[in-house]
Amino acid sequence: MNNKLRRSMLYIPANNPAMIQDAFIYGADTILFDLEDSIAISEKDAARELLIEALNSLNFNNTEIAVRINSLDSKFGLKDLKSIVPIGPDIIRIPKIETKEQIIKIDKLITKLERKANLQPGFIEIMAMIETAKGVLNLEKIVASSERLSALTLGAEDLTTDMGIKRTSLGRELFLTRSKIALVAAAYKINAIDTVFSDFNDLNGLKKETLQSKELGFTGKAVIHPRQVDIVNHVFTPSQEEIEDAKEIVRQASQAEEFGKGVIAVKGKMVDLPILNRAKEIINKYEKREVIK
Amino acid sequence: MKINKTASSGSMESSDIMITVSPAKEKGIIIELVSDVEELFGSKIKKVIRDTIKEFEIENIKVMANDKGALDYAIRARTKTAILRALKECSLNE
Repeated sequence: MNNKLRRSMLYIPANNPAMIQDAFIYGADTILFDLEDSIAISEKDAARELLIEALNSLNFNNTEIAVRINSLDSKFGLKDLKSIVPIGPDIIRIPKIETKEQIIKIDKLITKLERKANLQPGFIEIMAMIETAKGVLNLEKIVASSERLSALTLGAEDLTTDMGIKRTSLGRELFLTRSKIALVAAAYKINAIDTVFSDFNDLNGLKKETLQSKELGFTGKAVIHPRQVDIVNHVFTPSQEEIEDAKEIVRQASQAEEFGKGVIAVKGKMVDLPILNRAKEIINKYEKREVIK
Repeated sequence: MKINKTASSGSMESSDIMITVSPAKEKGIIIELVSDVEELFGSKIKKVIRDTIKEFEIENIKVMANDKGALDYAIRARTKTAILRALKECSLNE
């Protein structure tokens, strides 16, 4: 499993200096600078230049940096890629991925640009945005097509538009897609990042939706407002009790192995291999990090 | 390099700067700056603008800069974009 903590990804429009400069202070695991939908067509060039200068100059306190570029089908996508790759962000989020061929093409392009910029080939990860029905159907082929692909993400507004349906607060219309994204991501040991919750004044609604996403198997969620970060981080972080339980399971399992025992019971519940593995993963991912404090 | 058109970039929002470049009637790089922090940082802001212009090897240019507390990176980016827009407009007309 990709061991990076990607609970919250905070969208920051790349044409706003004040928001860019403050982006790291809200505690999001990933800052997601946006060159796509939040930028007016007439400002695409300005946003790109501003982001290049910002990434070359500012210190974001070691927060993971992602950049959402424009679709490579648009006249801005290739320019974005050529400008952003040499700076070496951690991830590039590619919108409207529908086929494995798109990913293969992008992977090759990034490799070429990385070599030119003296970056280790494979250094930059890809996050594929699934925003069309065709993309949902091709999910597995898309994920299998590149070692760089480290996260899947759902673009709900475009997907519902593509399907000719309305997005609702209950989210039933996205159930199948969300489940499939989480399932494929789990199968390929990559992150599954849920779509944004647009009403940033409705924090209860955000919590409810984030809990549902977690239940389905998502590992994180994109956020559009700093006030959403804490809730999303909290939902995707195991409690101190869960961490302690995980440590106890691993400790007792290790003891049992020494004495040649098979299945054990911890706190009155049977612990078999999948539960032990889950406990190890919790410890591996969260125990040594400050996020659980 | 020479620009023949006026072009702008940036905004009047906090931490940003609005840069407008236009062909200069006089020779050299002429910068008119409006900033709340002009007394403290005026010469530094002008230097960032001037250095960015020099990268383009533009010799005669007028710059109107309305600063709202922009850091160097934003000043550089806005100046570059304004120049690139001015140059692009030229090439479209050529």
